[in-house]
Amino acid sequence: MTRHLDRREFIQLAGLATAGVAGVVFSSGLRGVSFAAGKGRAEDFMFLQMSDLHWGFAGPAVNPDADGTLDKAIAHVNALPHQPDFIVFTGDLTHTTDDPQERRKRLAHVRDAVGKLKVKKQRYLAGEHDASLDRAEAFKEFFGETRYTFDHKGVHFIVLDNVSDPTGKLGDDQIQWLRADLAKHDKEAPIVVLTHRPLFDLAPDWDWATGDGSAAIEALMPYEYVTVFYGHIHQEHHQLTGHIPHHAAKGLMFPLPAPHSVPKKAPIPWDAANPYRGLGFRTIESQSGGDEYALTEQSVEKA
Amino acid sequence: MKRTIMVTIIVVLGAIGIATSWRRFATAAVPPGAEQVVHITAKRFEYTPSEITLKKGVPVILELTALDRDHGFKVPEFGIRADLKPGEVARVRIVPDHTGRFEFRCDVFCGDGHEDMAGEIVVVD
Ligand SMILES: [Cu+2]
Ligand SMILES: [Fe+2]
Repeated sequence: MTRHLDRREFIQLAGLATAGVAGVVFSSGLRGVSFAAGKGRAEDFMFLQMSDLHWGFAGPAVNPDADGTLDKAIAHVNALPHQPDFIVFTGDLTHTTDDPQERRKRLAHVRDAVGKLKVKKQRYLAGEHDASLDRAEAFKEFFGETRYTFDHKGVHFIVLDNVSDPTGKLGDDQIQWLRADLAKHDKEAPIVVLTHRPLFDLAPDWDWATGDGSAAIEALMPYEYVTVFYGHIHQEHHQLTGHIPHHAAKGLMFPLPAPHSVPKKAPIPWDAANPYRGLGFRTIESQSGGDEYALTEQSVEKA
Repeated sequence: MKRTIMVTIIVVLGAIGIATSWRRFATAAVPPGAEQVVHITAKRFEYTPSEITLKKGVPVILELTALDRDHGFKVPEFGIRADLKPGEVARVRIVPDHTGRFEFRCDVFCGDGHEDMAGEIVVVD
């Protein structure tokens, strides 16, 4: 089932999502204002977002299948009838550890595990668990740079790093870099931003924010078709800042509660009656030349 | 600054060198001994003490030091934060003008347990 949402309906999406409606279509920007401008700019395609694998996490009350969840999700991805063009991993591939050797072991495990995906085109982001204790030194050895851009079928992807700095900032340097990159594109170019932490203040007291994220949003504002996909909060979440939609993905180790829904942020315990509940990944179909994105939430195991 | 509590961050100093200028500033600003000083240390993944009781309307200076690595000190309700570094003392001046319990927490990712690194400021009449 697929539903299209206009901007008024956007806000109600959380309700739809929890009701289990699959395949919700979001406009990427000022659709309706300059609708015609978007036509014919980009080819339609599908990519897949996996997030917050937290490989190395141990906590049987939270996930008794900590060692098996990732493989099950990979098997599910491999079994999808339509394989995505590429897969993005939006950070926290590993759970943090103080031991640099152990960190590398965990990163190596994830690298080998995702090597079993049929789709070989993969893009990686770091999370604070991967990168904040060593400024991404180990992460880079296995997965390369933490900020970069790439283009796919007419859509410009920008990967931002708000985790190498343990205070959770992008830094002036990166904001300059972002501005310089954006300046090369016209205001109607379809743009996707990938990041680990939310760029907006979702719940700063829960560490669900980027210290200087507002500077990035400000730089993106003049662009009409911008969509942000991120991780970090281990749940589906959809929010607009101005005309820019931000979509958080579920994780693959433990779900976290809705922002400020409980006094203290803590993983949601395993529900034996509904194993893997709250975990999963999503497919994202870029439609109408990057004007719209159809998001379909997928469970860990094939239903 | 923020809703409930008036706060002034005085200065975050590098260890020895600037300490003298701080003392001069402090002496000039308030009579010696007039302001209560509360020392707080931070190490993974706790603050000592983790609960500080302050009196409403009485200014206090928090002196914060990290023992093992970089940490942060953030009190969202007060709208303040400071970087805590080993070998340095961060000083924060607070004038609590509301009673209540206010959480402070580490906002510099410091490892597995970072999420639980927090404490409380209790302001009483
Ligand atoms: Cu994270
Ligand atoms: Fe995470």
